[in-house]
Amino acid sequence: MAWAGMNWGLFKIIYRHTGEIGLDSGWHEHEFFIFLGTIWIINSLIQTLFMANAAEFSELIRTGNLDFALLKPIDTQFLISFPRINWSQLPNGILGVMLIAHSLSELMQEREIYFSVFSLPAFLFFIGCGAVVMYSVMICLASTSIWFGRNQNLYNFWFYITNFYRYPMEIYQRSGVGMALWGTFTFVVPILVVSNIPARILAQPLGTPWKSWEWGLAAYAIIGSIWSLMASRWVFKRALKSYRSASS
Amino acid sequence: MLESAVIWWTFFKISINERLIYRADFMLGTLMRFLPTLTQIFLWWAIYDVISNNEPNNTGAEPDGNIAGYKYGDMVAYYLLVIISRAFSSMPGLTGGIANQIRNGEVKKFLIQPVDMQGCLLMQRIAHKLVYYLIATLPFALVFFLCRDFFIEGWPPPDALAVFFASLILSFLLGFYLECCIGLIGFWFLEVTSLTFIYMLMNFLLSGHMFPLELLPAEPFNIRQLVEYLPFKYLAYFPAAVFLGKIEGPELYRGLLAEIGWVVFFIVLSRILWHRGIKRYSGYGG
Repeated sequence: MAWAGMNWGLFKIIYRHTGEIGLDSGWHEHEFFIFLGTIWIINSLIQTLFMANAAEFSELIRTGNLDFALLKPIDTQFLISFPRINWSQLPNGILGVMLIAHSLSELMQEREIYFSVFSLPAFLFFIGCGAVVMYSVMICLASTSIWFGRNQNLYNFWFYITNFYRYPMEIYQRSGVGMALWGTFTFVVPILVVSNIPARILAQPLGTPWKSWEWGLAAYAIIGSIWSLMASRWVFKRALKSYRSASS
Repeated sequence: MLESAVIWWTFFKISINERLIYRADFMLGTLMRFLPTLTQIFLWWAIYDVISNNEPNNTGAEPDGNIAGYKYGDMVAYYLLVIISRAFSSMPGLTGGIANQIRNGEVKKFLIQPVDMQGCLLMQRIAHKLVYYLIATLPFALVFFLCRDFFIEGWPPPDALAVFFASLILSFLLGFYLECCIGLIGFWFLEVTSLTFIYMLMNFLLSGHMFPLELLPAEPFNIRQLVEYLPFKYLAYFPAAVFLGKIEGPELYRGLLAEIGWVVFFIVLSRILWHRGIKRYSGYGG
């Protein structure tokens, strides 16, 4: 929660110096804070539901206790993904909702925001897609500990990867390297899409109605989350094949 | 004297080997460390783009606006340099480790054996750090070479460079003894996780890890002035600012002196805490 507060502080300070992030991208202060709130919600969902479990999985591999999970007559991925819920991470999500609500009301005083009955369900749906993609990334990361022996850096990795999805995609679309990054995190690991789409639904940085490429991106977000779920499943199975029990 | 040197050398060797057990994990961790900087580069580019465009005499090609005296290149260079200062000053797990040893009674071994706790921990850290620099030099050199254009001013003058290196070594000591002190509070509190968390937060915000301290606002209350009187800024901001020429002339040496002062302060404090602490200590657990 405190991290969230600091993140907020950082951008408060940044917006003291600039009016917009990315030239003509439309990410002014309030729009950006809606984006930030969206990120907090997705993050807190992941950390509440999967983070502790993924770390536990890594530890099971190191100690060799994964044997017990493998023996049980239930899908292993399911078994290791959901045993625990870490409620302490939930407040961040609530904070995100509050930030979005506040920024949205400020934004509405500034300009017209288009709302329909579909806005909220669509927002929630794409948040869900986001959670699916981030879950897949996490499973892949955790699976690597089968090959590495230990993955102490799981939390760090997570932090570093989520670094790329914490900003509007416009900031990457400026140079060669940026485009490469943008491509990677859109088409290979679609984490950029899943953070950008729900935020765009509410913030509408380019005004209403949506441009056609934004619609395309939204459609792609759905495909992307299915694709990443399948990929993570494949990586998980692959990793299990190389599992050699330890110290039993 | 010789005996204790042998003991320390042994601790040193053990720690080096310990560090090399999980190599793949370690190498990847080092490389990953630069990823956040990459996004920072893009983020600040996007910001400077906007600022430069608002200025009338904008040349167009490279963003040339400046924020609190930092041009775009300076800003990126600053973040890169902060990674270096943090490589010296950050002590992952030190506070928690000390507090844990106090809580589960492991600290008893330092009461029985003729080994000094801080000395032993310091050796461990130096070993860990040395291994880290050994492995990390290559990726660091590569990244800095690729990013050389961001250093607009080039190399700093020799005296600044000397202060830069001195402040790095001091920041290692400062980080070590500061965290030691927090860990030793465990003699009184047993559980210092929340304290560590607060420390981490303050550190992140006030050391300049997150952004150059010049960006801190002077109102509603003057945080900018406040950080000048705190030890945190020497953990990240000071070395980087020295390298970039943000601190010059007599200020250089005044800063260095203040840093030495802080190091001495925390060394003394940690000794006091240790001696007071073991008097209170009642050795729970096996």
